[in-house]
Amino acid sequence: MLLIHCPYCDETLPELEFAYAGEAHIIRPEDPSAMSDEEWRDFLFIRTNARGPHFERWRHVHGCARFFNAVRDTVSDRFLLTYKAGEPRPDLASLEAAQ
Amino acid sequence: MMTNQTHDFTLAEATARVRIDELAPVSRFSLRVRPAQAATLGRALGLDLPDRIGRIAEAQGRTALCLGPDEWLICAPEAARDAIVAAARKAYEATPHSLTEISDREISYRISGPAAQELLTIACPRDLDLLAPGCAVRTVFDTVQVVLWRDGPQDFRLDVWRSFAPHVRALLEIGQAELAAGL
Repeated sequence: MLLIHCPYCDETLPELEFAYAGEAHIIRPEDPSAMSDEEWRDFLFIRTNARGPHFERWRHVHGCARFFNAVRDTVSDRFLLTYKAGEPRPDLASLEAAQ
Repeated sequence: MMTNQTHDFTLAEATARVRIDELAPVSRFSLRVRPAQAATLGRALGLDLPDRIGRIAEAQGRTALCLGPDEWLICAPEAARDAIVAAARKAYEATPHSLTEISDREISYRISGPAAQELLTIACPRDLDLLAPGCAVRTVFDTVQVVLWRDGPQDFRLDVWRSFAPHVRALLEIGQAELAAGL
């Protein structure tokens, strides 16, 4: 079972308490009606599908109930970092260097 | 040929290592308030609302448990219900918040005895060694969301949503029987 660090509870807890919530740092367009169909499709459906470190959202649904962001390696399933929602996207190069 | 052997445990045998008791109803409230205003609202309710998740504050028989950054669970004797509602209503103008009564939503079980922690591990994925006495957390118990209180090293309480209670109780009793049988 994966152990995930919740940045709000500041504890490393079993995966069963968490729910995956899709890719992180996807910003909803200010004015959707000004977008072309292709741009709107890309916002709704097109995702990175990364092989390797992936920025994603998780929710500590059976705990503090907060959404937060994580960097997980999709190959090894290893969590590189978790951080609170709203915090800036961390620099991947320095993260990998720290590992 | 398969053979079946059943064994009816006597109450004394079953409860020697761990006891499961259903607790009397209490008043419960779910409180949501901005962290910056938690202290002010806490004073109105006669409680020092803890700011760390999992921590408990107690005063005048009222208990506040911090469940999330802006969420608390308030427990109190049933007689204190109206006083809490009135105090919160009075404080509402100055400190906007949401106080929802959830007294009937949950049933509490006390699980106590030398094997209490072992019994909980049948369905709770947390490392219970890390849950210190005097703390409580929201977690899962066999996919059911519960609030797990640790009152002492061998003394736990489970708050379970009413509709899930029969399932949780049945699981606990299976575990209790297995522990009594030495499995």
